[in-house]
Amino acid sequence: MTGRRLDLSLPVLAGVVVLLAAMVALPVGWLFVYAFSDKQGHPTLGNFVTLFTDSSFVDPLITTLTMSVSVSVICCLVAAPLGWLASRTDMPLRRTLRTLVMASLVTPPFVGAIAWEMLAAPNSGLLNQIWRYVTGSDDPLLDIYSLEGLIFVMACYTFPYVFILVANALDRMPGELEDASSMLGAGTWATARRVTIPLALPVLLAGALIAFLQVLNQFGAPAILAIPAGFHTLTTKIWSLFQFPPKSELASAVSLPLLLLTVALLRLQSVALGRRGYAVLGGKYGAPRVIRLGILRIPAAILAMLVLSLPLFLPYAALLNTALSPISSEFVTPATATLQNIRFTFLELSSTMPALKNTFILAVSAATLGGLLAMLIAYIVARHAIPGHRLLAFLATSPLAIPGIVLGVGLFLSYSQTLYGTLWILLIAFITIELPASYQQLNSAFHAVHPELEEAGRMLGASRLRTLWDITAPLLRTAAIATWCFIFVAVIRELSAAAILFTSETKVLSVLIFDLKESGDVGAIAVISLTMVVLTAIAITAANRFGTRREASRLLVRS
Amino acid sequence: MRRRHFLAAGALLPPLLSSGARVVSAAPPAEPITQTLIDAANKEGKVTYYTAMDLSVAEPMAKAFEAKFPDIKVAVERSGAERIFNRIGQEMASKIYRVDVVNGSDAAHFISWKREGWLAPYLSKDMAENLPADMVDPDGLYCTQRIHLSTIAYNSKLLSPADAPKGFKDLLDPKYSGKMVKGHPGYSGTIMTATQQIARELGWSYFEKLAKQKVLQVQSATEPPKRISAGERAVAVDGSDYLFWIAKEKGLPIEIVHAIEGTPQISNPMGVFKSAPNPNAARLMVSWIMSPEGQQFLVDLSGQYPANKLVKPKPGRPLLSQIKTFREDPATVERQADEIKKQYAKYFKV
Repeated sequence: MTGRRLDLSLPVLAGVVVLLAAMVALPVGWLFVYAFSDKQGHPTLGNFVTLFTDSSFVDPLITTLTMSVSVSVICCLVAAPLGWLASRTDMPLRRTLRTLVMASLVTPPFVGAIAWEMLAAPNSGLLNQIWRYVTGSDDPLLDIYSLEGLIFVMACYTFPYVFILVANALDRMPGELEDASSMLGAGTWATARRVTIPLALPVLLAGALIAFLQVLNQFGAPAILAIPAGFHTLTTKIWSLFQFPPKSELASAVSLPLLLLTVALLRLQSVALGRRGYAVLGGKYGAPRVIRLGILRIPAAILAMLVLSLPLFLPYAALLNTALSPISSEFVTPATATLQNIRFTFLELSSTMPALKNTFILAVSAATLGGLLAMLIAYIVARHAIPGHRLLAFLATSPLAIPGIVLGVGLFLSYSQTLYGTLWILLIAFITIELPASYQQLNSAFHAVHPELEEAGRMLGASRLRTLWDITAPLLRTAAIATWCFIFVAVIRELSAAAILFTSETKVLSVLIFDLKESGDVGAIAVISLTMVVLTAIAITAANRFGTRREASRLLVRS
Repeated sequence: MRRRHFLAAGALLPPLLSSGARVVSAAPPAEPITQTLIDAANKEGKVTYYTAMDLSVAEPMAKAFEAKFPDIKVAVERSGAERIFNRIGQEMASKIYRVDVVNGSDAAHFISWKREGWLAPYLSKDMAENLPADMVDPDGLYCTQRIHLSTIAYNSKLLSPADAPKGFKDLLDPKYSGKMVKGHPGYSGTIMTATQQIARELGWSYFEKLAKQKVLQVQSATEPPKRISAGERAVAVDGSDYLFWIAKEKGLPIEIVHAIEGTPQISNPMGVFKSAPNPNAARLMVSWIMSPEGQQFLVDLSGQYPANKLVKPKPGRPLLSQIKTFREDPATVERQADEIKKQYAKYFKV
């Protein structure tokens, strides 16, 4: 009983709650305060009147919703058949397909958008040049500077979320139901239509909602394509309001509908995913049946690779072409290839090295500190270690509902006189954004470790921390390392909060690319983007070595 | 409407007021580059240079300065002048002191920084002796570093010279619809300055009509030259002329058009911030950029028009005196910047 006096429960709980409040509750609180204040700080509803009457706010709202709905639909139409091919058929290259989908998932959408400019700008775009050459036509095949163009690019980098959900659900779906169906005389296709598809539908709905949320809150691709296309989305509008003097009241007011819509959709998603339960009730199931595609095997694989060329092969080829060519719109040949862009980026551009250093420091520290925080909370919640653990669980998952750019605005409002201008504010932003995913990942890992093991340790006289260190931690190694790597990757590609919170000395790679985009220095952009991809690839390889791919993909879907 | 008239009437007052203020704070004495200054600058070891100049000029210039003063490292922070203005405002409001030397393409910003009391007085020898008087702030808070123009230009591979526009009004011809690219006054100081001048000379209705021509909207004035070089659009409505020239001199099919109505002229002032963390290195850098050596470097590399009278403009480029330019009016830009951005966004939707 002497141990009671040394129990750290209360201080730990208090510490974590205060920390999470500073990271989540305070920024959101300030958003509300600002949204309902005028410039002098008096309470008002005026910001919302402006928001819903001024066409420069209403138009972005409509554009954003149009975009979100279209992308969700496209993602489902593409991801569902592709996920089914990967999970349920004997299509060749289905492993490769999954890896490639992961690769498109970790490609930052703003990099993808810039690459698609190189490919499909109406006149200088490489694909349009080929089109003109082949057909002799004067008109471009594609125009990336349009709402359709933006929808296309966003779909390219959003469909992986739906794909992974669908493929994982199909992997887990019991084979018996389908067996039963065929034993009762239904053919392969009838079984697919009447059993497999209905079982997968709730997952598809959840996927559609995730896609919707991704598009709703994404800043990267719109920031690149919306201005040349001549319109704003909600996120670019928020960003544009953040000029000096920042129109914080209006920015907050625009942020609130985004926040509320996100919360509502997350509720809807949990309802949709909640229904998934009926598919996997009790008992052990046989492996899912493999459908033989027969003569369609090769065409299916070709089709899948063609789809993947849109987010992956074509954009990376374009980036490489630009990195090596003197003019981005020319096809590079061995005769014209130049190292000029690489030399400029690494030897002349004075922001490159500081940005690389900042990105690395932030990625490592966010992964380490964020991972530890997530682990602490996951432990407390999974083991009910402290009264009030439910509050912690809620706080740790709540950032899911806060779009990156909105969190950026909130953190700026909270800390503009203290942490703004330091790497700390970016660190807080990144940890907060990644907390829900890392927490959920580690929470399920804790559930997999039976408490008896820990109890044995405690009974033998070890303190809680000692037990955690000696028994639980080694068992969680895989999950912890996978979490670390994926926070690392997510931080490298983060733009939305960083675009609000950076200053000249706290620039990160994503913001540097964004800055270079303003002046159209695509050569340097291509070099830096490819550098980012190399960094990411290293981290992913590490994650695949230490953690299973399944865990990794689940982690990213939630982020 | 009534309010705008009131503002316009009030607009006449500030020049009078500021000329009155001059008596109180006179320009500091001119300072040559001394060993003491170099030693103090070396001790600081670095200088942060916020600029709107294209990276292809700004970074080599920084490297040239570093070559001359090897103990000082230059951090170039390049962005559109309007974004630099936002960034500095935000940093000052949060008491973050990073900027040492600032140089922008929107002279109006220096008026507001001066009013805020953010600039430090400094007169180098060249600023005092070799610059035209109207290029140096009477209080020695800033001076014009160089001048460039915002010109029309076109890609002669995509557009024959016979079809090329002669001036701004020509661009309203339907045959240019979908063929033009243009910078944005919300990001670029060059475009902000040019927009004010064009709107004054041709009226806002000009932009209203231009916006219906399916113009590709980019941000910085340094991007249209890159876009027409890449062949993305045939005609640049605006853009930094020195980049059009550099592209042309590199052998790209670019032709520069000085509009018959007149060409917007853009002064690029430079100043040292009072809160500069590296005040000596800042002064040394300003002093070097304004010296014949620094100015010659800028002229050789970019062909922008030098401020220092001892340096000749680049051979092969038209003289400023031969070009019909619009009158610059930074005081009006300073007052109307928000209005200009709003009006522009109304027509161009972004």
